[in-house]
Amino acid sequence: MLRFAVRRLAFAVASVVAVVVITFLLVHAAPGEPMLGTPERTVASPETIARQRALFGLDRPLPEQFLRYAGNLARGELGMSFVLHRPVAAVLRDALPNTLLLGGTALVASLLLGLAAGALQAARHRTRTDALLGAATLVLYSVPVFWLGLLLLLVFGEGLHWLPVSGMTTPGLGDDLSRLGRALDVARHLVLPAASLALVQAAAFARFQRSALLETLGAEYVRAARARGLGERAVLLRHALRGALGSTITLAGLSVPYFLAGSVLVESIFGWPGLGRVAYDAIFARDYNVITAVALVSGVLVAAGNLLADVALAVADPRIRLGR
Amino acid sequence: MSPWRAAARRFRRNRPAVAGTVVVAAMAAAALLAPLVTVDPLAQPDPVGLQDRPPSAAHPLGTDPYSRDVLSRTLHGAQVSLLVGVGAALLAVTLGTGVGLAAGLGGRRTDEVLMRGVDVALALPRIVLLLAVFAIWDRAPPAAVVVLIAATGWFQTSRIVRASVLGLKQADFVAAARALGSGRAGIVRRHLLPHVAAPVIVSASLDVGNIILLEAGLSYLGLGVRPPTPTWGNMIMDGKDVLLSAPWVALAPGCALVLTVVAFNLAGDGLRDALDPKAA
Repeated sequence: MLRFAVRRLAFAVASVVAVVVITFLLVHAAPGEPMLGTPERTVASPETIARQRALFGLDRPLPEQFLRYAGNLARGELGMSFVLHRPVAAVLRDALPNTLLLGGTALVASLLLGLAAGALQAARHRTRTDALLGAATLVLYSVPVFWLGLLLLLVFGEGLHWLPVSGMTTPGLGDDLSRLGRALDVARHLVLPAASLALVQAAAFARFQRSALLETLGAEYVRAARARGLGERAVLLRHALRGALGSTITLAGLSVPYFLAGSVLVESIFGWPGLGRVAYDAIFARDYNVITAVALVSGVLVAAGNLLADVALAVADPRIRLGR
Repeated sequence: MSPWRAAARRFRRNRPAVAGTVVVAAMAAAALLAPLVTVDPLAQPDPVGLQDRPPSAAHPLGTDPYSRDVLSRTLHGAQVSLLVGVGAALLAVTLGTGVGLAAGLGGRRTDEVLMRGVDVALALPRIVLLLAVFAIWDRAPPAAVVVLIAATGWFQTSRIVRASVLGLKQADFVAAARALGSGRAGIVRRHLLPHVAAPVIVSASLDVGNIILLEAGLSYLGLGVRPPTPTWGNMIMDGKDVLLSAPWVALAPGCALVLTVVAFNLAGDGLRDALDPKAA
């Protein structure tokens, strides 16, 4: 077990390194430069640009730039943002918790919703409940997350005025409120973006859970439990669901990339000040250090999710060979 | 009856799957015929006077903030979505099958190197890479979108193919073919590919919907196939700011997207049930 964990950890580190190298090369090898602005809007005189490039080391050959970047990274230095004129680490420190709050809320909500729906469908296999939930999950699974976000915004924000549609807090309200009041304010702002992310992913979880459960319900040990005279409910709860628990954690771990991708779109719709917004702005401004750092953080989150998925699967199912 | 014909019969009896196939065919027909039956999707007959008009006889789905016909743009938008969705899925399947065969049939070293590479690739944040490339590549042609989405989407297929090749390599009928003097190419073509085909077809058909959603997300952000070429993603972007006053601008492409993706998923589910009767 320990050997397996160490191997997987080493592999996770390797994949993060690969993410950083690929992103660095991609960003620096592409045409266009942060200091030049767009062709329509030249930002500065050639002398200023040259001075800025020298300041950030962009005039050096690419291998040298990479070695310097890697050296800084090894010391925990992420560099400066060209555009925001702040340390990249500070930008990430502000944005990452917000994205984790949004993504974490959405992940928990989608797991609860999706697994419950899938289990209900499996328990009522080939009934009207199964068919209705099946149709609902199919449609939600096929909805673009940004369009769902816009619809929710249209109905619950602009139309019914139930919930705030932009940002994370109500401007000007923060200082007067108690701690609880502030938390409630953030929670109200969280509902719509988290619901957009969660509903789509819940549909994916439900589809998976239904077919996984149906497969288990046909398995030998479940038939044996039925033969011993256990009721259908006991069979479902005690035997079939337990077999599916490991795969649930695996599912959660493997869904990290989805939540990262969704956050880029959803955060831009709801003005949520998270990593997705930072990535979006940095990419259009060609803010190299920020782009690479966001890729690094995403790589770490995805690798951590994969690691969790593998370990959970190995713990839950002893049949999986730990070697490799 | 051959297994393929039996599968075709199971598919034909699956009503939702047939309905999905019909909708996909109708969308494809709409995309192809759009230039013949609708007005120019870029035309702005009256750039100021025709903004955000509600549906009427002249413009059955209304007009957008740039006074363009929403129906025409929605039908033309199907071209990009279907081209990218189907094109990238096919290309990704081809790449994944190639790598999977190489890993399964090559030596231990080849297998180890390829599969470790695939493991790393699966951990790449796909959306961040695609965003970075397309933000820098302003005028990427649709073909580039197809190639890049496929290039970042074949990893899972290669695992599926490798796993089934490793299983088949030991099978008696393959050993028999080898003993009878079949070359490696002949074994791959006659014995391996037909067996690998079913899981690969299923995963590709279920992937089309996801790729269409991915492309829509990119073009919603203004990347990939860029405006003024109509795509469902950039049409929803156009409608975002007039959501209350002119909801048809974002609703038309959004509904077309959901309808198309649902149809592909129904067809994909149907293929899975038809080709793998155990899973039904």
